[in-house]
Amino acid sequence: MPPNRIRTEQEVYGRHGRPITDQDAHEINRVEELSYDLKIHEVMSKNLHTASPEISLSDVLKILRINRISGVPVVEDDKLVGVISIEDIVRALRNNDLTETVAQYMTRELVTVASYDSIVKAMQTFTERHVGRLPVVNEEKKLVGMITKGDITRGILVALQKDYKEEEVRRYRASHLFEDIVSDRTTLVLRYNIKSQNFTHGGTASSHIKRALLRLGADAQIARRCGIAVYEAEMNLIIHTTHGGILKLEVEPHRITMSTTDDGPGIPDVEQVLQPGYSTATDQVREMGFGAGMGLVNIKRCVDSMDLESTVGKGTKLVMRIHIPTENLSGRKEE
Amino acid sequence: MKLNEIIKLVEGTILTPELNFNINIHGGYGADLMSDVLAASQPNAALLTGLTNPQVVRTAQMADFRAIIFVRGKQPQRETLELANQEKMPLITSPLGMFELCGRLHKAGLPSFELNASE
Repeated sequence: MPPNRIRTEQEVYGRHGRPITDQDAHEINRVEELSYDLKIHEVMSKNLHTASPEISLSDVLKILRINRISGVPVVEDDKLVGVISIEDIVRALRNNDLTETVAQYMTRELVTVASYDSIVKAMQTFTERHVGRLPVVNEEKKLVGMITKGDITRGILVALQKDYKEEEVRRYRASHLFEDIVSDRTTLVLRYNIKSQNFTHGGTASSHIKRALLRLGADAQIARRCGIAVYEAEMNLIIHTTHGGILKLEVEPHRITMSTTDDGPGIPDVEQVLQPGYSTATDQVREMGFGAGMGLVNIKRCVDSMDLESTVGKGTKLVMRIHIPTENLSGRKEE
Repeated sequence: MKLNEIIKLVEGTILTPELNFNINIHGGYGADLMSDVLAASQPNAALLTGLTNPQVVRTAQMADFRAIIFVRGKQPQRETLELANQEKMPLITSPLGMFELCGRLHKAGLPSFELNASE
């Protein structure tokens, strides 16, 4: 991840006045992130071609041509002493000097980057020093590779491709679960243990459930309805139960069932708690924006059916069901 | 409306600089009661609120909000910031009060994404 830094106005307000679409923005953001995440040694070319200072420029030209590269580091006694590039050779050509040695024309001013740095460091160095390739050295200052702008572009593209494939594969696997596994009735069951009074982590299970449903191919609207209902139910376990409870999600091709069970204290009057505005929540809960007596009412609005059973001293069971229109879960609609 | 434009309009400060602020916001919703937010919001809006606990981020995530703007210069708790970064929910704080905030955004053309009682 990039360090906490303040964005430049250009980064925040767009580039060159061109409107940026959501998709653009997402990709730019990921590329920016990758330029901090990817290390130089991950994208550099390790397949090193080097020249010694005594060889002739025409020999260097052969190396460049055969390997289709535009420059090589110059190494003497295992030590990096310079870089010789096509630009240097062009200079020599002008003087009709191709028989001269590398030592005469190489760039001696050594600008290097460290293999453990992020590629953003190499990008900055390219811009600051107006060079197209940089020797890469390790912790012991030993030459380990070369990096060009092309290597960086390629590295980012490979990483983006990998990201894309991973999420696609995940979605593909999940959404085909119900087609690939044959049974008379397939149900995927996810269980979460919810602790009483654990407000800080309240909603974590619901968040996992919503993500799972999206991966399984549920459309955004169904995932949102389930998310809201199950979140209210999860908060109820946290706020009202003595020992917490269990949150369960059962996914079948035609419906989603969410349920909570707990072992107390139980609800004395089930009809009463279903009235909008009825609440037994403490001030602490109200300060957090809950406890307005709307939870069960909200749940009822989000789901297709809701059943609440409770016995004082024993516990409460809440079952919520959402029916899935055919072809929604297993054959995911493309957005 | 772009979130970046909204930040300018509300004189906002970005609290999660590593997240993406080049996104489209389709409407606004102002409330401190999370149950109301869950009950009557439409997806892809910005949530204006005076609450700063982690539940605000969870609520916004469940109801498909795209950003949260805290009113009157409120600063979220550490857990809230961590959760927002983890769930990629952009956070902004504005020195303006709730009414002023809603007024400015509505005037600039951002529609209300709060359902009325009849809807």
